[in-house]
Amino acid sequence: MKNNFVKINRTGPVLFSDYKENSALKKAVRMSRNDILFELRESGLKGRGGAGFPVSTKWMLTAATNADKKYLICNADEGEPGTFKDRVLLTEYPELVLEGMIIAGYTIGAQEGIIYLRAEYSYLIEFIQSKIDEMHKSNLLGKSICGNKDFEFEIKIFPGSGAYVCGEETALIESMEGNRGEPRNRPPFPVNTGYLGYPTVVNNVETLAAIPHIINNGGEWYHKFGTDKSTGSKLFSISGDCKNPGVYELPWGITIKDLLEIAGAEDTKAVQVGGASGICLPESQFSKKVSYEEISTGGSVMIFNKDRNMLKVLKNFMEFFVEESCGQCTPCRIGNVKLLEGIEMIEKNEYSMEYINKLKELGETMKVASKCGLGQSSPNPFISILDNFKDEIFTKN
Amino acid sequence: MNDIEKNIRNEFIEELIRIHGCERTSLLPVLQEFQKKFFYIDEYSQQEIADKMNIHPVEVHSVITFYAFLYEKPRGRNTVRICKNIVCDFHGSNIIAKALMEELNISPGETSNDGRVTLELINCFGLCDKSPSMVVNEDVYENMDKEKALNIIRQLK
Amino acid sequence: MEKELRSPVSQRPQEIRKYDSNSGIGAEVTIELNGEKLKVPMGKSILEICRENNIHIPTLCYHEDLCIAGNCRMCLVEIEGMRTLQTACSYPVTTPVKIKTFSNKVRKARRHVIDLLLSEHYGECYSCIRNNNCELQTLAREYGVDSYEFGHVCEPRFEIDNSSAAVIRDMDKCILCRRCVRTCIDLQEVGVLEAVNRGYDTKISTFLDKPLADVICINCGQCINRCPTAALHANDPSDLVWKAIEDPSKHVVLQTAPSPRAAMGEEFGLPAGLSMTGQLNTAVKRIGFDKVFDTNFSADLTIMEEGTELLNRLKKALVDKDDSVKLPQFTSCSPGWVKFIEHFYPEYLDYLSTAKSPQQMFGAIIKTFYAQEENIDPANIVTVALMPCAAKKFECNRPEMNSSGFKDVDYGLTTREMAKMIREAGLVLPDLPKSGFDDPFGEASGAGLIFGSTGGVMEAALRTVYELVTGRPVPFSNLNIDACRGVKGIKEASIKLENCKEDFSFLEGVDLKFIVAHGTANAKVVMEMLIKGELKDYHFIEIMACPGGCIGGGGQPIPTSEAIRKLRAKAIYAEEANLPVRKSHENPKIKYIYDKFLTDGPCGKLSHKLLHTKYIKRGKYIN
Repeated sequence: MKNNFVKINRTGPVLFSDYKENSALKKAVRMSRNDILFELRESGLKGRGGAGFPVSTKWMLTAATNADKKYLICNADEGEPGTFKDRVLLTEYPELVLEGMIIAGYTIGAQEGIIYLRAEYSYLIEFIQSKIDEMHKSNLLGKSICGNKDFEFEIKIFPGSGAYVCGEETALIESMEGNRGEPRNRPPFPVNTGYLGYPTVVNNVETLAAIPHIINNGGEWYHKFGTDKSTGSKLFSISGDCKNPGVYELPWGITIKDLLEIAGAEDTKAVQVGGASGICLPESQFSKKVSYEEISTGGSVMIFNKDRNMLKVLKNFMEFFVEESCGQCTPCRIGNVKLLEGIEMIEKNEYSMEYINKLKELGETMKVASKCGLGQSSPNPFISILDNFKDEIFTKN
Repeated sequence: MNDIEKNIRNEFIEELIRIHGCERTSLLPVLQEFQKKFFYIDEYSQQEIADKMNIHPVEVHSVITFYAFLYEKPRGRNTVRICKNIVCDFHGSNIIAKALMEELNISPGETSNDGRVTLELINCFGLCDKSPSMVVNEDVYENMDKEKALNIIRQLK
Repeated sequence: MEKELRSPVSQRPQEIRKYDSNSGIGAEVTIELNGEKLKVPMGKSILEICRENNIHIPTLCYHEDLCIAGNCRMCLVEIEGMRTLQTACSYPVTTPVKIKTFSNKVRKARRHVIDLLLSEHYGECYSCIRNNNCELQTLAREYGVDSYEFGHVCEPRFEIDNSSAAVIRDMDKCILCRRCVRTCIDLQEVGVLEAVNRGYDTKISTFLDKPLADVICINCGQCINRCPTAALHANDPSDLVWKAIEDPSKHVVLQTAPSPRAAMGEEFGLPAGLSMTGQLNTAVKRIGFDKVFDTNFSADLTIMEEGTELLNRLKKALVDKDDSVKLPQFTSCSPGWVKFIEHFYPEYLDYLSTAKSPQQMFGAIIKTFYAQEENIDPANIVTVALMPCAAKKFECNRPEMNSSGFKDVDYGLTTREMAKMIREAGLVLPDLPKSGFDDPFGEASGAGLIFGSTGGVMEAALRTVYELVTGRPVPFSNLNIDACRGVKGIKEASIKLENCKEDFSFLEGVDLKFIVAHGTANAKVVMEMLIKGELKDYHFIEIMACPGGCIGGGGQPIPTSEAIRKLRAKAIYAEEANLPVRKSHENPKIKYIYDKFLTDGPCGKLSHKLLHTKYIKRGKYIN
């Protein structure tokens, strides 16, 4: 019942496909950096943490910058409710993640890689550290990696201290510098001025795990999966009212209906895609496709059946944001509380539609005025659940 | 706090600074390691850490109060965490939480009278497919129910 | 020599890192601002560009003395092609962007921000000390706020912290702009205030929420000057001063410092830099003060005492070869600086001059010499000091400040508080006729006047010390020692002492080296140099706790900025240049007081009792 790192037999088009350990790393350090960037661009890989920024652009900007030091950070601060794919990757496919980090470091010219591991996953530190130590022994980390005399790379683990907002890349960097995890002003972006002022690439665990496969099979191969704008595959963390919750690797472009079938869900009323900061889809929209261009997500899929109270779901999400907001900027700090208060009014049946609409307008402002992604997406569940389930929620008893 | 306790903490802090460095970037690792040994970061130690890192005590206090897993007040010897995300809640985590609260006679965030257990309700732990789950210190328990949870709690020292 | 920046990189003025490939980015870029094409230098923030082009962008957390925060979200502007709005204060222009500063989205967002802030703001404007001078109030008016869109707080949620003699914290009014944090930690490097907790529970607090009097606050009041609302304000004793004035048995004496006189006009709508000395004298007499004296007189006294002390130390070091003598000698007239060194460098207290500040010297003199001369029972004398300073409120309450046998100075009033009293009396300051100070302490030299600006004490001291030693006035045109003047954080220079008088032959050929620093962050740099032994060749160091010196003090009119401080300093130097007497030792009243009262001379027995003080090793540990 305790720490369970048993590798389940998973199948999937990319990440869960067969992989010979260290094969990509050995290949990569013999490629030129430009060739790697080329493959990456061909692949069309976008960040898998939820924001979806083109990875090749990020790496290219950092690689092109002149600096004494550069850093590569693996964002393992998986805090989005309903997401647990990174935990699975770190426990069952650590070699993919670590090799992805080393290849990234090689490409951008970094000497140090840091895994920012959320405090809640601190029980994984010993395990991951042992993998790092193994790689050291096999000359896959340290100096002259795989015989390439010019390339040296170290990986350290930096444990977080319990803050969802530190999943945001500049808040993460602030946390690593010993400060409160409050996001920074952007620009300048981390690729230009990041950790300690040096160019820094922050990538999600899943993004890095895809790198070895892209190196081995080429960018064009990766591009074949998914849709035109959302290439490759995505790990979906499916949980909630379904028979088979778990992590599934599926190509982008899959519909919600397909997801529900795979997970064995019945009598589904609502699907929350993208975690607490995502949107909630009613049955009428289950034919929508999951992709960056349609329903974008970091992979969290929470399934709610007909018996669940959607107002309670919404309240839970807004309470989450009130607790996790860093408090730095006005719209998020106070706005989330106002949205939660609105929900409490609805619960007590002491509301007016006029005020609820005002709150929705406030939500629209928060989406464009907040300093970071937390405040920019916390109104999403508020607006989508109140819109899509208005019949259920706004019945005056 | 008497002088002996202060000395022990002082020496430990110096050791941590030796290992991790005295730059601001070492603040979080130092606080985490200190907490592993002493369970919480007391007033005296906050000032010592601030002094050795050449920052102000209020900055250390500010950082500690920001993060959910850094503590300034005394804690129990064991920390039990239960997720309050809606999926876990729908699958019964609230029933487990209530049972534990009754058993230990505390509210979330508080410590039992015998100093054994601090109970916390925390945000998504990343174990949604195995809900309801419970984490005790560094150990993860999946697919819990009320009985199993109470059993585990009763065996804690 | 300047201090290192503490703030994260994203909060400093932008530095664009050069890219490998030369993408041909020129030094200028053409942007579109509200439809108009503009050529601007690359790297400038949108806010700077707008200000230079007469476009007003509302701000709250932005302050030109401090690093950029970008947390209030008031200065949002819309950039074409970007989904989110950007903060003008932090966004550097590097590409040909199209900016709209008042589009529908922008106005709605700004209005929402104000509404959200108001929904958390407890208190009514008409019962607030910052009524009519509050940045939140001004914005609410600008945006036509006429209702509480998201509710309002009807009860206080925080307890007011009025433990400190100088600074009061009312967190119900705080809008979490973090200016006070940036002031205390970045600008002054004292480190008393920081944001604590997270999210909605965030509040500005001290170490473990202790009262301000129990932590290492030095009372400089710089946080008050920069707070946009009344969350931080000074401890106002004006009610007690009114009571004393209205008590017929009390003889209420006011001493006024030069910096309030240079800045008082700002409280009455005048631009910065207009001296109101004469009008102020009329105003305070009409309010009911029995006498108004010029603190510059006691500044002259300070020069006599401190200058003599310096010469004594130099003699001990050079003639007696006494190793225990502490050189360089640091000035001690800034109570914020005194508390700073007491907390952070208590082992170096012996370097401080033992001379009291002009305010405290005056208090002691008034309740002894003046009381005798005028035949008034000192128990009935109430001394009030009009100062630009918040720390003076703490200073006059220091237990050892009673060498007259009574509390030497009863109350410290700030410029703002005096302005309030003048308004309450129905007087319009600028319209009043000018009048002079009262005898016997109405005469002061220009040297005493320039105390108000950073470098002033040094210049005044040099004018006297140089002449005492060599018999000649300082070798600078019009006695103006430019090396002491200006806003540079740490200034240093030297004067060679040649052809000295016989009594001071031990100083023949000595290069008198001095340093002038203002702002405690720069004081810290100087102290670190002292600790490393880099100041062995220096003799005299002037330190003012407040940036700009006293004219930038914590009791001065709000707002403050470098431009305003420069204008106030200019007023001080201008007023001084025209005075008949410009050296402290030539002030006839100074000669009078040493002849008649302090007969054993500067640093003599009586002087030591009344005009010198001791310091307390406080250390930085908080209990």
